[in-house]
Amino acid sequence: MHELSFAENIVEIIHKSVPRDELEDVRIVRLKIGTLSGIVADSLDFCFCAISAETPLANARLEIEHIPFSVRCNSCQKTFVNDIGIVVCPECGGVDTNVVAGRELQLTEIELDDKKEKTS
Amino acid sequence: MSIITVERKVLEKNDEIARRNRALFSSKQIFVINLVSSPGSGKTSILERTLEYFNHRVKVAVIEGDVQTDFDAQRIARYDTPVVQIVTNGGCHLEAKLVEDALVNLDLAGVKLLIIENVGNLVCPSNYDLGEAMKVVVASTTEGDDKPLKYPGMFQRASALIINKIDLLPYVNCEMTVLKGNALSINPSLKIFETSCTTKSGIPDWCSWLEQNLQS
Repeated sequence: MHELSFAENIVEIIHKSVPRDELEDVRIVRLKIGTLSGIVADSLDFCFCAISAETPLANARLEIEHIPFSVRCNSCQKTFVNDIGIVVCPECGGVDTNVVAGRELQLTEIELDDKKEKTS
Repeated sequence: MSIITVERKVLEKNDEIARRNRALFSSKQIFVINLVSSPGSGKTSILERTLEYFNHRVKVAVIEGDVQTDFDAQRIARYDTPVVQIVTNGGCHLEAKLVEDALVNLDLAGVKLLIIENVGNLVCPSNYDLGEAMKVVVASTTEGDDKPLKYPGMFQRASALIINKIDLLPYVNCEMTVLKGNALSINPSLKIFETSCTTKSGIPDWCSWLEQNLQS
């Protein structure tokens, strides 16, 4: 259940990125999660809700963009996508390949409600 | 609505501590492996056979990671080897910080090789860099030949695969060629060893390759 540890890291990054008095305005936390990152999105969501409940982040929710696992073949120059982590080129059988995406665990954006600006 | 662009790795804090660990290992010229597998594949037995093989000719230190108990550290201590047990109390993997803290209690004087035995788990430990030079994954024949396809993340991040319990091949539903083919389809550059900790077959191959990686 390393999703809990991930959720704690996410909260920590939010605290570093958002001024303290604006934490309660955080609404959406955008993440890029690769297919092969080993993270279960539903579990991460559950853990994030559990640790942010009754905190200034109680109104924040995660928005997860799933990044497919994709590999580029250096022999035939084609890029192929699969969900299971195969890195052998399905076209030419070559093993000279590079993983180009699918391992991401990135916090990309934090969206805040601007209610304070509106009321001021 | 306003948007703050962050673009940070979720595990950046762990990665930062791992870099610190790596710098420490590098300054002391210690080669570090992160030994990973599912529970019961024989990581500790491989460690014991490895310690027997080197027989203090190469000074080895060990960090043991387990959810509970210090049974494994007790096994390793019999070999008169510096060992520290990390008990994660339910945690499913080791993190760089746990290793950094454990290093305080480990005498690294003269140590050339540090083996970190991770918590038995093929999912979670794959995400956490501990500062090691390489991950080595163990898959035993009793687990079947499809493990690499079920847990690609781990097999992809490993540099070497030890196929253990090869003495049991006649009795289990595991085809060696299929297991190797599956592993290489996930990671074509995997260096593969076949071992039995009971007959000690393959242990010299594994250990001499490991020795080649040590800094003289």
